[in-house]
Amino acid sequence: MTPAGSLLVAQDLHKAYGPTPALDGAEFSIHPGEVVAVMGPSGSGKSTLLHCLAGIVTPDSGKILYDGRELSAMSDAERSALRRTEFGFVFQFGQLVPELTCVENVALPLRLTGVKRKEAERRSLEWMERLEVADLGNKRPGEVSGGQGQRVAVARSLVTQPRVVFADEPTGALDSLNGERVMQLLTEAARSTNAAVVLVTHEARVAAYSDREIVVRDGKSRDMMLEHSV
Amino acid sequence: MKRRLHDLGLGIRFALGGGREGWARTLLTAVGVGLGVALLLGAASVPRLVDERADRIHDRQPFSPGSVKNTGDLMASLLYATADTEYRDDTIGGKVLRPANADPVLPPGLTSIPAPGTMAVSPALRALLDSPEGELLRPRLPYEITQTIGDAGLVEPSELYYYAGSATLSADTGASSAAGFGNIGEVQPLDPMLVVLVILICVVLLMPVAIFIATAVRFGSERRDRRLAALRLVGADARTTRWIAGGEALAGAVLGLAVGTLLFLGGAEVLGPLKLWSFGFFPGDLRPVPLLALLVAVAVPALAVVVTLAALRSVVIEPLGVARGGRTRRRRLWWRLALPGIGVVLLFLSQNPGVRAAPLSVMPIGIAVQLMDNFATITIATGATLVLTGLITLLPWLVEAVVGRLRGGSLSWQLAVRRLQLSSGTAARTVSGITVAVAGSVALQMYSVAIHDDFDKVTGVDASHAQYTVRTDHPDAKLAQRMTESFRKTPGVQRAIGSVSGYVTPPDAVTAEDMRAVAQLTLGDCATLSELARIDSCKDGDTFVVHPSDDAELAAWVDRTARPGKPVNTADGESGAPQRLWTLPASARTVTARPDPKGKEQYGIFVTPDAIDVSLLSSGAETSAVLTVDQRVPDAAEHIRNTAAELSPQLRVNTVRTVERDQQYAGIQTGLQAASLATLGLIAASMLVSQLEQLRERRRLLAALVAFGTRRATLARSVLWQTAVPVTLGMGLAVAGGLALGALMLRIIGKTVTDWWLFLPLSGAGAAVIFAVSLLSLPALWRMMRPDGLHTE
Amino acid sequence: MSIGHTLLGLLESGPRHGYDLKRAFDEKFGHDRPLHYGQVYSTMSRLLKNGLVEVDGVEAGGGPERKRYAITEAGVTDVETWIRQPEKPEPYLQSTLYTKVVLALLTGRDAADVLDTQRAEHLRLMRVLTDRKRRGDLSDQLICDHALFHLEADLRWLELTAARLVQLATEVRT
Repeated sequence: MTPAGSLLVAQDLHKAYGPTPALDGAEFSIHPGEVVAVMGPSGSGKSTLLHCLAGIVTPDSGKILYDGRELSAMSDAERSALRRTEFGFVFQFGQLVPELTCVENVALPLRLTGVKRKEAERRSLEWMERLEVADLGNKRPGEVSGGQGQRVAVARSLVTQPRVVFADEPTGALDSLNGERVMQLLTEAARSTNAAVVLVTHEARVAAYSDREIVVRDGKSRDMMLEHSV
Repeated sequence: MKRRLHDLGLGIRFALGGGREGWARTLLTAVGVGLGVALLLGAASVPRLVDERADRIHDRQPFSPGSVKNTGDLMASLLYATADTEYRDDTIGGKVLRPANADPVLPPGLTSIPAPGTMAVSPALRALLDSPEGELLRPRLPYEITQTIGDAGLVEPSELYYYAGSATLSADTGASSAAGFGNIGEVQPLDPMLVVLVILICVVLLMPVAIFIATAVRFGSERRDRRLAALRLVGADARTTRWIAGGEALAGAVLGLAVGTLLFLGGAEVLGPLKLWSFGFFPGDLRPVPLLALLVAVAVPALAVVVTLAALRSVVIEPLGVARGGRTRRRRLWWRLALPGIGVVLLFLSQNPGVRAAPLSVMPIGIAVQLMDNFATITIATGATLVLTGLITLLPWLVEAVVGRLRGGSLSWQLAVRRLQLSSGTAARTVSGITVAVAGSVALQMYSVAIHDDFDKVTGVDASHAQYTVRTDHPDAKLAQRMTESFRKTPGVQRAIGSVSGYVTPPDAVTAEDMRAVAQLTLGDCATLSELARIDSCKDGDTFVVHPSDDAELAAWVDRTARPGKPVNTADGESGAPQRLWTLPASARTVTARPDPKGKEQYGIFVTPDAIDVSLLSSGAETSAVLTVDQRVPDAAEHIRNTAAELSPQLRVNTVRTVERDQQYAGIQTGLQAASLATLGLIAASMLVSQLEQLRERRRLLAALVAFGTRRATLARSVLWQTAVPVTLGMGLAVAGGLALGALMLRIIGKTVTDWWLFLPLSGAGAAVIFAVSLLSLPALWRMMRPDGLHTE
Repeated sequence: MSIGHTLLGLLESGPRHGYDLKRAFDEKFGHDRPLHYGQVYSTMSRLLKNGLVEVDGVEAGGGPERKRYAITEAGVTDVETWIRQPEKPEPYLQSTLYTKVVLALLTGRDAADVLDTQRAEHLRLMRVLTDRKRRGDLSDQLICDHALFHLEADLRWLELTAARLVQLATEVRT
């Protein structure tokens, strides 16, 4: 695997929760602006791979390079800072803060980086417009539909203009129509800002929005595209 | 009805057989309710405890042969003299005993009267004397320990007490004779001010406990509601689910009763001997009044069911989920103001309760009886209760109104505020206990500090000049001299003036309109007298008429009695006792006084020992020494007390600064402090539980926030705000309400507010609760914030 | 797909020339495979013979056969019957892929590799369709979705098979 030109590279990752290995020599790489699907059956370790790549979980062994920097050599605070500024996140159930309004939820990552409230909310509204949920600004997450909530979550993941967006089953809780719309908006928005997207999914139709896929099985990864080109 | 009972039973079965989660919830409730129940049982035991204490005190009180209580015509068989002393911060009670016949009566706890030179001590005193801390005390109690006082002779396990035997004790040296022990003594009426205080205390302390129990019953209710929704899915109707929930709460409450009883019994064993807040008790004395215990046993489970049913009214449990009654309409203010308003009006109209004499020994029951037939106390109690209850109803409105207006601020602040806006009712409910407790405590503190002066007898003397007086109640010129000599040699004492003083009156008859003149007679050696007046020459046998330095009127008053060459009556002037005449020698010179070490001028008749026969002086005369002490000398007080004890065990040492606190008042004050702390602790515990519950429910969300790179500090601050905002609002309301209530109560007894800032320590305690709750929830927060939270799928 | 029924259905809204029919068909259904003129005329003559359509008129001049067709009562009934009749679900019981997997297992080749390669191929096609869907209109989307769902079904089968390869291996080898 050649890290040349790659934004985020993982090599030979191992991670075990207790006695069961979640990752067992997984590899990964992604270029700027690329959408890579991480596929595999449930329990295969794909979420763990995403958590490792995002610096949420430290692998037991192996190397993760982001922009040439070794992730596991960073302190927890540095990785948190990285997640605040360079990464964006979309989760399966949105994980919007229920007591904040939608626009405040979108503004949350900006505010974490110290942007003033007014400015953060203005920029958030722009992104909500792009994701066609600008009219939900003052509603609470409990008052919007699942698809709308997930779009708010996508807006939240993009508002800091991250270089990598991590999406963990972003359509898992949605019907196919809403799921497709969310995927379409997510990939379009990411492409327009040249953000890379790491997309964990077990659904092929969602994975079809990617540029290439890697398959994780039993903690090992397989990059089909790479093997074909070789 | 049968259906409802069946549903309740079903709920009990769920509570006890509902798997691990069901058990966890039931246990949580049981522990919470148990804490409350233990406190309630403690409160229910107070009347008995006070009784037992009073009984113990009375049981060892000697009565004299001629006393009213002496119905058996008992003869004096024992001479005794009180010989209490203080050691550092402790009071040591003691009596010197001497049998008056072959078969003397025994004080309780003794098997025989200690032989001269020996003593019986309480276990705590024995321990103190044996320890290095007791080193300076040993010379003061130079008797051989031959006996231990049994529990029957002690007020509390940690009491310091002794009985010493004497071969020389006599009525001349101030001893009294006893025909027996167990003097009920004079029935002390409970001061009406104290009655009001006790009413307030009951209201203030029991309301938060009730609130706490109501909160404990709701622990974990969100999960339960989800379980109930599953029951709806299989066909239970809404009413059935409510009653099932009621049954679950009932099971928790009944278990809580058991837990509470155990906690109470264990607590009595542990706390009794500890002497917390200078109040200890024999665990055996702590038994709840049966009627009150029964009330607790019935009321707590009933409260549990009622609270659950009421709480579920606003929750719609549907087969597919739970909808909390979204309160769309704003809370109204007017009816919430009505309760405290009526309370204020009632208090405003209340009169000072003319409370009849009630023995302290039956205090709370006595109060209950008085409540029944004393309208004023009823209105006061009702008024105070209404004001405090009113705070509970005002609080949700206040929290909603204030939180709804909060805007902007930092992210942590925004998170907290938004959370509170979404559930201001819950937040208000959690702090309502603290509000009542603090408001009540503020009012109580104000009230008790204002009446403080009546109970604290502070000698208004300049303490920089003289710190100690040592005195005994009989005139003894030799003793006065020895005191002067001995104290001058005592470490720390800079100046010592020993004298005998009494009062003399002119022997002539006085008309009804006229006031009998009186002058102080001070007996001391030349050196002593020279310290007190400007005397240029003096020899034994001299007498002086001493005028105050700049008060002609007073000087004239002195001269009405002190007429050189004329007799004075040294017996008690007014009692009609036979006159004992002593003639003031015509040679008496008139001099002016100079300030004594206390900074006060002594005037009247000054005599040297040879000029008068001390035995002429009335029994009201006393022998005393005034000491100026260098406070920097360590344990100066103990050295002085030791010297005093050496001179005579009956000498009493007073620090001028010593505050003689009325015992009744001190007991109530102590109970108040202990109970306030316990209440605050309870409330902190329930806040912590709900905080932790909330965190656990949000585990996933917290993990997601961590993924974004949220700093721990941000979330920690948000948790802090989330506690701080409602607690601050509650405390604010509590302080306002408490100050108002306190001022009203003081108005009733005709006192003015002496200190408006009394709430500060309580606010501090409130702040401590905020920090404690936030701090204790941090470990859970950290745990929730671990990335593993994301992993549970 | 029955071209005859489709053309009949298009005629139901009003008479049309053969050329119009072809254009309408291509526009709505013939994204991948446009009709030949020949197909249209042969189909129409069969329908004429069966009395399902009639010639509404012939236009003079222009092309060789400017016939205008109209649907008959019998034609309407025929369309009605066809639309209402459920399509027979494809059983897909003769799967080449399954054969390949079993053979790979029997001959000691890497069956998982067969499946992974197939998945990659499926996904490649799905990407193309997804991309087309994104650019296309609603009918494009519906058509692509139909194909995508089928491909997805194949992929699910692939996943399931992959998860059961060990079990399958022991079974085919005995």
